[in-house]
Amino acid sequence: MAKVIEGLYYSESHEFIRVEGDFGFIGITDFAQKALGNVVYVDMPDVDDEVNAGEEFGAVESVKAASDLISPVSGTVVEVNEALEDEPGLINKDAFENWIIKVEISDKNELADLMNAQAYTEFCEKQ
Amino acid sequence: MNNRLYGNLIFELSVEGRKGYSLPKNQFGNYQLPEEARRKAELELPQCDELTVVRHYTNLSANNFGVDNGFYPLGSCTMKYNPKINEEMAVMPQFQNIHPEQPESTTVGVRTLVEQLEKALCEITGLAHFTFKPYAGAHGELTGLMTIDNYHRQKGDLKRKKVIVPDSAHGTNPASAAVCGLEVVEVKSLSDGTVDVDDLKRIVEEQGEEIAAMMMTNPNTLGLFEKNIPAIADLIHQAGGLMYYDGANLNPMLGVCRPGDMGFDVMHINLHKTFSTPHGGGGPGAGPVGVREGLQDFFPFVSPYQGNFGVMVKAYAYILSLGKEHIAEVGPLATLNANYIKESLKDVYELPIATNCCHEFVFDGLKDKSTGVTTMDVAKRLLDYGYHAPTIYFPLLFHESLMIEPTENESKQTIDGFIEVMRAIADEARTNPQVLKEAPHNTPVGRVDDVLAATHPVVTYKALVEDKES
Repeated sequence: MAKVIEGLYYSESHEFIRVEGDFGFIGITDFAQKALGNVVYVDMPDVDDEVNAGEEFGAVESVKAASDLISPVSGTVVEVNEALEDEPGLINKDAFENWIIKVEISDKNELADLMNAQAYTEFCEKQ
Repeated sequence: MNNRLYGNLIFELSVEGRKGYSLPKNQFGNYQLPEEARRKAELELPQCDELTVVRHYTNLSANNFGVDNGFYPLGSCTMKYNPKINEEMAVMPQFQNIHPEQPESTTVGVRTLVEQLEKALCEITGLAHFTFKPYAGAHGELTGLMTIDNYHRQKGDLKRKKVIVPDSAHGTNPASAAVCGLEVVEVKSLSDGTVDVDDLKRIVEEQGEEIAAMMMTNPNTLGLFEKNIPAIADLIHQAGGLMYYDGANLNPMLGVCRPGDMGFDVMHINLHKTFSTPHGGGGPGAGPVGVREGLQDFFPFVSPYQGNFGVMVKAYAYILSLGKEHIAEVGPLATLNANYIKESLKDVYELPIATNCCHEFVFDGLKDKSTGVTTMDVAKRLLDYGYHAPTIYFPLLFHESLMIEPTENESKQTIDGFIEVMRAIADEARTNPQVLKEAPHNTPVGRVDDVLAATHPVVTYKALVEDKES
């Protein structure tokens, strides 16, 4: 059973965002990493790039497939998780701990469009 | 049984000073290549005698698996038999020894063959003209999209830069569109895997004036015929876009219906799939592009020459061997074979969309998932039984996709043998899952580390030596 953490926000395309003040840490969920299998490459944006809610900001490539990363919120990239460049498999070890980008959120109202842990758990059960 | 010595890399068999050739005495005195044309360093080639070279490659070839070895139900790839008469025709010296720069007066026969092939493909597809320049399917897709882009641009319709692609499409579709400088818009599928016409209407309403084309395979990636194709084609045409047909799944349509009649304007054909020319291992392929009357003026310049001519000879030989009557049996037989396998296995493999398929269908892994045995394990175990694995983990609509396409060539005995093995594997998943987890056991190499292969590829001897040193 895939792990879901309370207090995070979730998207239907299986990204999570952990909000801390004006910032959000975005990554893929445990459900997503399990479905993808071993991750071999993470294509990340650059710091200062703009991301838009519902739009692609990178890609995750596994031995099975390449999947676009869809940003759950709009904002500016302030940090990318460089550890994933050398060791993309960290996502399989702990998807929630190994976030992909940190953004400065431009509109916190967008969070209301995302799912909470309970809703996401139910969403995954239907997949 | 492979000889272990000759199974080593050719570089590992190399012995300093050994050679398998002798050159005639130099008759040109002290002539030397100009300085700039000369190598700066010695060429690092393996040094072997002829017999070692022959044994090395003969042993290596025995590790290969092809359609001539056994059943190869690789979904979406149409791995049909390549009749030997095709090869006999293609190696005729009159075809084999021509040169693209030869005077036209000496290539009448060759050009006649291409014209005849074009005529046949036009009749089979319902389109009016073909260009044979593209060297393979993806090149054909790019050529077709460039044709569409040229068409809109020359009409002064510069806004049309969007290509609609179903979310279940082959990865080459969005990739070709992107390479062509076009933007991809994804249209959703319904739960039965066909295009969601309501979602398409929404896209056309919102972005109609920017739509250059819609790309489709029909039957689609799940092997299902898009019943709404006339409505889809109308929507796109009314919005001013063109319909592109990806020929990957043309096989079941042979003799049944034609892309041109379904409303498609541009298509490519993979001669190496539908028309029985060799396939895989990097080609040579051929991806001729066909268009509706009038669009031939917009073909882009992709090559000064006529693609892979030998492949065209083979495709032409195939079409003539079957003739009009028998070509019409290809699609129905391919469809019958696929449905027979689907119905024979659906009690042990998960069939997510229970309807009649065309030439291929998709299982979503084993029905009983409690054993932890995955589609990867099933695929690896099939190799132990001497079958090539089906396509796995594609399409992405399901987590454990196992996509089976038997083609029309296979006898009932072959197909029954495959069904029996698939059932045996499903039994093993319950009784002895470990044997599947560790499969394959009977192949020259066991389960390969695909993560290492993707993250740390070593594909030349030089890289291997450097890798060992570091």
